[in-house]
Amino acid sequence: MPKRSDLKHILVIGSGPIVIGQACEFDYSGTQACRVLREEGIRVSLINSNPATIMTDPEFADATYVEPITPEFVELVIARERPDAVLPTLGGQTALNTAVALHEAGVLDKYGVELIGANIEAIRRGEDRQLFKDIVAKAGVRIGVEDPAALVPRSRVCHSMAEVEETVAELGLPVVIRPSFTMGGLGSGMAHTDEDLQRIAGAGLAASPVHEVLIEESVLGWKEYELELMRDRHDNVVVVCSIENVDPMGVHTGDSVTVAPAMTLTDREYQHLRDLGIAVLREVGVDTGGCNIQFAVNPADGRIVVIEMNPRVSRSSALASKATGFPIAKIAAKLAIGYTLDEIPNDITRKTPAAFEPTLDYVVVKIPRFAFEKFPGADPELTTTMKSVGEAMSLGRNFTEALNKAMRSMETRSAGFWTQPDPDGATKENTLAALRVPHDGRLYTVERALRLGASVAEVTAASGGIDPWFLDQIAALVELRGEIVAAPVLDLDLLRRAKRAGLSDRQLAALRPELAAEDGVRTLRHRLDVRPVYKTVDTCAAEFEATTPYHYSTYDTETEVTGSARPKVIILGSGPNRIGQGIEFDYSCVHAVQALRGAPAPAGAVPGAEGTAGGFETVMVNCNPETVSTDYDTADRLYFEPLTFEDVLEVWHAEDTSGRDAGGPGVVGVIVQLGGQTPLGLAQRLKDAGVPVVGTSPESIHLAEERGAFGEVLARAGLRAPAHGTATSYEQARAIAEEIGYPVLVRPSYVLGGRGMEIVYDDPTLRDYIGRATDISPDHPVLVDRFLDDAIEIDVDALCDADGEVYLGGVMEHIEEAGIHSGDSSCALPPITLAGPHIEQVRRYTEAIAHGVGVRGLLNVQYALKDDVLYVLEANPRASRTVPFVSKATAVPLAKAAARIALGATIAELRAEGLLPATGDGGSLPAHAPIAVKEAVLPFKRFRTPTGKGVDSLLGPEMKSTGEVMGIDPHFGHAFAKSQSAAYGSLPTGGKVFVSVANRDKRAMVFPVKRLADLGFEILATEGTAEVLRRHGIGCEQIRKHYQAGSDDDAVSLILSGQVGLVVNTPQGSGASARSDGYEIRSAAVTADIPCITTVPGVAAAVMGIEARIRGDMQVRPLQELHATLRAPQ
Amino acid sequence: MAKRRSAILVLEDGRTFHGEAYGSVGETFGEAVFNTGMTGYQETLTDPSYHRQVVVQTAPHIGNTGVNTEDDESARLWVAGYVVRDPARVASNWRATGSLEDRLGTEGVVGISGIDTRALTRHLRERGAMRVGVSSVEDDPRALLARVREAPQMVGADLSAEVTTATPYVVEAEGEHRFTVAALDLGIKRNVPRRLAARGVTTHVLPAHSTIEDLLATGADAVFFSPGPGDPATADGPAALAREVLRRQVPLFGICFGSQILGRALGFGTYKLGYGHRGINQPVLDRATGKVEVTSHNHGFAVQVPGAAPGAVVPDQVIETEFGGVQVSHVCLNDNVVEGLRARDVPAFTVQYHPEAAAGPHDADYLFDRFAELIEGRGPDRKQSEGRGLDRNHSEGGKNA
Repeated sequence: MPKRSDLKHILVIGSGPIVIGQACEFDYSGTQACRVLREEGIRVSLINSNPATIMTDPEFADATYVEPITPEFVELVIARERPDAVLPTLGGQTALNTAVALHEAGVLDKYGVELIGANIEAIRRGEDRQLFKDIVAKAGVRIGVEDPAALVPRSRVCHSMAEVEETVAELGLPVVIRPSFTMGGLGSGMAHTDEDLQRIAGAGLAASPVHEVLIEESVLGWKEYELELMRDRHDNVVVVCSIENVDPMGVHTGDSVTVAPAMTLTDREYQHLRDLGIAVLREVGVDTGGCNIQFAVNPADGRIVVIEMNPRVSRSSALASKATGFPIAKIAAKLAIGYTLDEIPNDITRKTPAAFEPTLDYVVVKIPRFAFEKFPGADPELTTTMKSVGEAMSLGRNFTEALNKAMRSMETRSAGFWTQPDPDGATKENTLAALRVPHDGRLYTVERALRLGASVAEVTAASGGIDPWFLDQIAALVELRGEIVAAPVLDLDLLRRAKRAGLSDRQLAALRPELAAEDGVRTLRHRLDVRPVYKTVDTCAAEFEATTPYHYSTYDTETEVTGSARPKVIILGSGPNRIGQGIEFDYSCVHAVQALRGAPAPAGAVPGAEGTAGGFETVMVNCNPETVSTDYDTADRLYFEPLTFEDVLEVWHAEDTSGRDAGGPGVVGVIVQLGGQTPLGLAQRLKDAGVPVVGTSPESIHLAEERGAFGEVLARAGLRAPAHGTATSYEQARAIAEEIGYPVLVRPSYVLGGRGMEIVYDDPTLRDYIGRATDISPDHPVLVDRFLDDAIEIDVDALCDADGEVYLGGVMEHIEEAGIHSGDSSCALPPITLAGPHIEQVRRYTEAIAHGVGVRGLLNVQYALKDDVLYVLEANPRASRTVPFVSKATAVPLAKAAARIALGATIAELRAEGLLPATGDGGSLPAHAPIAVKEAVLPFKRFRTPTGKGVDSLLGPEMKSTGEVMGIDPHFGHAFAKSQSAAYGSLPTGGKVFVSVANRDKRAMVFPVKRLADLGFEILATEGTAEVLRRHGIGCEQIRKHYQAGSDDDAVSLILSGQVGLVVNTPQGSGASARSDGYEIRSAAVTADIPCITTVPGVAAAVMGIEARIRGDMQVRPLQELHATLRAPQ
Repeated sequence: MAKRRSAILVLEDGRTFHGEAYGSVGETFGEAVFNTGMTGYQETLTDPSYHRQVVVQTAPHIGNTGVNTEDDESARLWVAGYVVRDPARVASNWRATGSLEDRLGTEGVVGISGIDTRALTRHLRERGAMRVGVSSVEDDPRALLARVREAPQMVGADLSAEVTTATPYVVEAEGEHRFTVAALDLGIKRNVPRRLAARGVTTHVLPAHSTIEDLLATGADAVFFSPGPGDPATADGPAALAREVLRRQVPLFGICFGSQILGRALGFGTYKLGYGHRGINQPVLDRATGKVEVTSHNHGFAVQVPGAAPGAVVPDQVIETEFGGVQVSHVCLNDNVVEGLRARDVPAFTVQYHPEAAAGPHDADYLFDRFAELIEGRGPDRKQSEGRGLDRNHSEGGKNA
């Protein structure tokens, strides 16, 4: 059944910004889909508002629309492109919801566009819980289950609190509450008490677009499994992967530690799940493609309950793809255009077809990464609402090896068991008690409980059902630890067993203090020749030969790394996504691979790489399963490994040795500048160990990051920086603050995402900060800078080569004033208010810094312009978060250029080659260049305080956003409006606006608020604000700011009841008092999910965006067209 | 992770692996084969087809769910030896009644753990299945190697007599009795009569040396040739018996070894695969429907039909035999091996893989329905043979069935 010939043009819908529950796995899947469709000769149009995605690189589609994924904009794209079909199953819940909305609005019919990969009925059956229950019962009948009704938890759909209460009276507490049509389990939770019920069900009804929640019998503590299935149009079905959750039911699977394949099922039980999964898939009617089904299994009697299915490629699909080597998204795209599974070859074996079920001869563990430290006040209990911001995966030949590797991949303070001291006063009893509430790092607590003498049975009970098999594995580690601690010497046998169990050198060093830390363990290990070997992920447990070098380390006897004489370049990825280090860095790493794969190695530039016509062989190291970089197709070789010094050093050793043994130069370069802080933090140690770190040297990196040294660089060049100092004590810090004057910006050195960064206005706050800060980064001092109030912040990404030539990639002007972390503020490129002389000054400054530091590759500099004086805030000699945005906005692939420069190319050569424009740069964009606006996407909606209130949405110098979007248009207002539509849903075009601003902002607020009134908005304001507005002739209704019990006309009540469409609130006061002022209003806006603007410049931009929306002349243009105008000869 | 007694594994080509004793302490020999199933070790260990084989499990963790009283496929463990990487220390499953390691010990299965099973698997893939010795009582690999080379080969091994039932027994139909089947036990698995019973079939399981008269004396409506161990080339008795069945036009169904028996009865040859198919993820194409089923396999030999060398694509056409036209009904998509035979002019079909699963997916369960339909006389095969007699000139006919 070959592919359909009637599909000539397909629109792929992406998933938009990275949010909790929908991360870069959909860039991975969408990129694969676009690639596959184009290989099939199909024209591909793509819509995705996220500029940090590989899929939105212009070469992956014929027409790439970086536009909001809303029905409005998708319709504009359809009207312009007139595709034959829309493929919505690879863009997560966002794409699927948008497709349903387009269908319901009649847009698909209007333009004669077919939905492929899914049908509306199947989507409804999969997502509507009541329909789904019936489906499961029918599926049960289909396979002859005795009691099909028992295949789902008893439950009822409710549309009001009254119905909810009635249902709970029947089922009894606890119950699970699940709102319909929300993604990542948003708004769902478990109610143990009536109070819980009121709170969670109330919020759930509000969060559901159809005001519907399901109240369900609790299966808390049951074993949790997932199957990933694929079906083709010939009704062939295969199970790609089984996944078992270590955390039993009650914790969202995205927040659970998960294992593939399932570890504690007999064949009979596994096949029952498989039969059921396939029957459900058929009953739901997923025509083609991937789907994910979740099951709960009662550990006492094996009763199986089907929890849910996703009729699309999901986060778990990405995990399953990486875990097995079976490329689900790629196959799903082929199935959508008509191929059947038996017609598609298995990429890895090449000889066998995709119509089979992968079998694993290793164990895969995934651990979620959380960011609770970013959201003080947020409830850290893990529930059925997903809260993690990223994940790491690892592979090992046994569970403990995979588990230990995954734990050290997290890059949290603990790098696996025993690497941090136990909490003070830990006892068996209080540790068991701590297990009762699921929390981040619960396995550490499990290990401690076992070590303190708890039995496996006690831990199973205390943890609410973690399977004894997993616990025994950890108990075995505890026993091994005992042996290691007690042994007179760490001999070969014990060392081997420790490494086979997955323990890192660092863990061993913690247990054997006499071995002189991690380096000492490594020296001993190398002396005893205990080194990892590398196995291959081949989908078939070695039954067939694999052609794809997708490797993982293990301590077995035989390695499968094959020699290659080509010069190799290792690119270190960025590890698990977290706030401050996300997809943007993976984007740059992937670009490095693309640029170097097959790129000519310049003669003499890199020792050993001369005259290699075949180009570089690229080697990727990363542990994030969501990314494009960990697709085995991306680099020549993939090592799915933790990004720790030990693991990276061993990969380098294996590649370098095998390369030299094959008669080649081995590894000629390791790139650390593109993966964010993770690889950068390894640079110096790698270099010291003899690894050829290329690009900006570790010493230069240090020069930029170490404040004193950087100050000298600036001083030598005569550049101005805010007055500053470094302190290692409160006394020092206070002396500095006194000298330079408050407010000051304080932060630890060497951080990303503004971790621990605060603006401090007085001594007590400073004292408090130092107390906490030394805890954050004990090895590095605290930086104290003069904070520039009301300055314009400017961000620059630039390239510098060995000849010292500097290419200004882009100059971005922040919309919010300085003080908001650059990752959280919106910005415009080209800068919208900066004049030519400013940009020339920025260029001079950037050149001076690049030269002073000694940059070979990318450099990001942040400036503040205050009173026409340019200050240097900081410089980072590495790829920044904005590199993909700048590249999309200016049509110049900066990360590719940086990778080439690191390996010896010059900017002049790259200009000649065409990788960079022949003339000009991002500082000299043509007058007709479109305006690109970047907007951050914030996760406040995801979090609740333990009492169920929304968390504060106030922005500050510490980054909180999970992702970003880009709006691009010839006009700023339109571009801004697009960015808002993409990030938060559309700006309102009428209705009520609530305004409450700080005294210092009242003057600046008058004009934009007047404009809103002129545009027909009703203005609601608090007393002081109202007074000022009235004096300017702006009619407004005065309302109470503070909530009062029983009242329904205060600001909070009006916002919560959905009567307000936009909130403008700038905080009064400073420091902690600013945080408390207006908190209720902002958290109400978060709860009600309406735009809440907290800065004056933000309001002005919003007004321009609203005007653009009211004019209603939104247009969409593909990047390819925009870029053509930018790259046209000037 | 506590230390165990050391053990060695030596292949007949001399490659040696050092590990730890697992199961029974002692020494054992057999043919080294690998099984890629991630579940179903209990079924594998009790499958008579693994008689005289030392099974290497590619899945690293074995024993996690212990053993239970329900999942045995025969009355005992049959493997000659067992090779795993990481044996479980505890059994965790609500049906578990004991630990796997205890059972291996009780039933005297010598095993080895802690070796690089992937390296061993790759070796067998590249060099083919071969003899192996596993010992936890011998320290010297050279001494063990010498004994490995004295052990019997699988080629030429006639093992049916060693695995067959000593006396006939009956597995009653569930619910209403519809048919009676005589099953020749060449190493039958329990789930075969169970799947037949679910369709109203009473199965008389008979010893491997039974005659046609013995089979028909049960009042059988049809005959079943079971799976089992050994080289089909040695199974002259069962092959002759199958010819008797075909001659009498008694409906015949066979699985695995039983399929090779049909092949031989039809005059085809058999050959030894390099390293066999042993796993539960094998894609098989049903040529009649064009559909792919994921199936359970356990075979080291295969049928060779005329006109296709081993490994080559088997032409989808009718092959003339003494018993009329025969088609290759199923092929393995991984390597084109013949996975099913269907006679067009006599009521007989067989598959090389395991529709009874246990362990493995249930995708091919429909074949038991086909068998029931064949017995009932409304199966596609039967109709054809009645309608067309011995008219064999229909090369494309199979697809219309």
